[in-house]
Amino acid sequence: MGYSDKVRGIYQDQITALRDAGLLKQERFIHSAQAADIEVEFPTGSSLKKVINMCANNYLGLSSHPDVVKAAHEGLDSRGYGMSSVRFICGTQDIHHELERRVTEFLGTEDTILFPSCMDANAGVFEAILTQDDVMISDRLVHASIVDGIRLCSAVHDTFKHSNMEHLEEKLQLHADKRFKVIITDGVFSMDGDTAKLDQMVALGEKYDAMVFVDESHASGFIGKTGRGTHEKCGVMGKIDIITTTFGKALGGASGGCVSGRRELVEMCRQKARPYLFSNTIAPVVVSGVLKVLEILSASTARRDKLEANTAYWRKGLTEAGFLLKEGDTPIVPVMLFNAKLSQDVSRDLYQEGVYAIGFFFPVVPQGQARIRTQISAGHEVHHLDKALAAFTKVGKKYNILGKTKQEIIDMYGM
Amino acid sequence: MDEMKDIVLKYVIAEYLEDDTQEITYDTPLISGGIVDSFSMVSLKRFLENKYKISIPDDKATPEAFDSVNKIVTLVREFVK
Repeated sequence: MGYSDKVRGIYQDQITALRDAGLLKQERFIHSAQAADIEVEFPTGSSLKKVINMCANNYLGLSSHPDVVKAAHEGLDSRGYGMSSVRFICGTQDIHHELERRVTEFLGTEDTILFPSCMDANAGVFEAILTQDDVMISDRLVHASIVDGIRLCSAVHDTFKHSNMEHLEEKLQLHADKRFKVIITDGVFSMDGDTAKLDQMVALGEKYDAMVFVDESHASGFIGKTGRGTHEKCGVMGKIDIITTTFGKALGGASGGCVSGRRELVEMCRQKARPYLFSNTIAPVVVSGVLKVLEILSASTARRDKLEANTAYWRKGLTEAGFLLKEGDTPIVPVMLFNAKLSQDVSRDLYQEGVYAIGFFFPVVPQGQARIRTQISAGHEVHHLDKALAAFTKVGKKYNILGKTKQEIIDMYGM
Repeated sequence: MDEMKDIVLKYVIAEYLEDDTQEITYDTPLISGGIVDSFSMVSLKRFLENKYKISIPDDKATPEAFDSVNKIVTLVREFVK
């Protein structure tokens, strides 16, 4: 037998080692729809607990919005459940094409191609448009899916220090001899919640003949005055060559992603990107939901405005309570605790107080940078935020971390 | 030789260390120690090639050969005329 006791034992040892190191990921079962108020079974087998969700990517509160759910039902009724084919055989419906057109319009680009996920978009795009004659120069904190896409591409890869434009410029000079140069960044960085300096990157791109790529997964729908994304916020709409984004976060939260940008680059993805060629695209029911989301967001900025107000309220509340936050103005608000065990203890105690927020530590974030990452939603009401603030304050007092400096927290708990 | 060591060490510190309190020596493991990720090796390779007017073949530019300042200097000296 191939899967012998010896083989099984080796895997069991690896899993045990993860558990012993406190690094084993465990799922918590949610028994309700995704929303600000959820019912959670955790640990597995325990009775359901009502908690406020402070860690979803449901930035605009659209994951269970009645109009989106209704549109999805209608899509299911009119276009069926599955396609049973990849796009270029018989897996493309009119609504797939319609969604590509609507996304192009929303992001202000030239063309768009759908992918099963943004992970797939990032995995497929670089290999489709670059060769060994080219160079990819990425921010050192880009998302793991971009790193995977880069690994699959034969172009040379180099990195620049996080958000450091002088370092990026040095790299553009270093690789001046390459045929194509692509600057690669996230729009909003998922762990720190800071925003890329896209205006400066576009200027450097123009100076050194480099294309600019940005992953807008934590930005599409709510960053910028009308929620178009980081490129809107930085005043460079129409100047980003490649945008990837997801429909699995603010834009309804179900699944799916896309590459949007220069017409020829999108066409190259249609011809060569492997996750597009060898996997079914987004199911009709999800396409119908995303179309409704874009209609809602194009008609009114009310939801992103509410998210902005909620974020300001939450940041002010936590700061006044004495917590140390990562600076920024996006709905990703990391509460810095530095010590890994402390982040897990605080997360556990918050859960007991009815607040669901997860602690992150190495290797997800750098060593000594453990934190609780909170994420604000337009689905939150002030009473949710007030209750969560009261819980944070209570737990913060228990661990004596309120009003303390980074050094004082490290002195008490270690890195 | 020592001058080359210092040049490489200075480059590694400026290029890869985010925290200037971190100290590294000629023997500190760079890649296996998590200071330099294997992706970022390319800039170090290009720096060495430009600085010393050499060409290091890809099959010689391994993570093992780049794992400390001392190892890098040994590698570079193979190609410097």
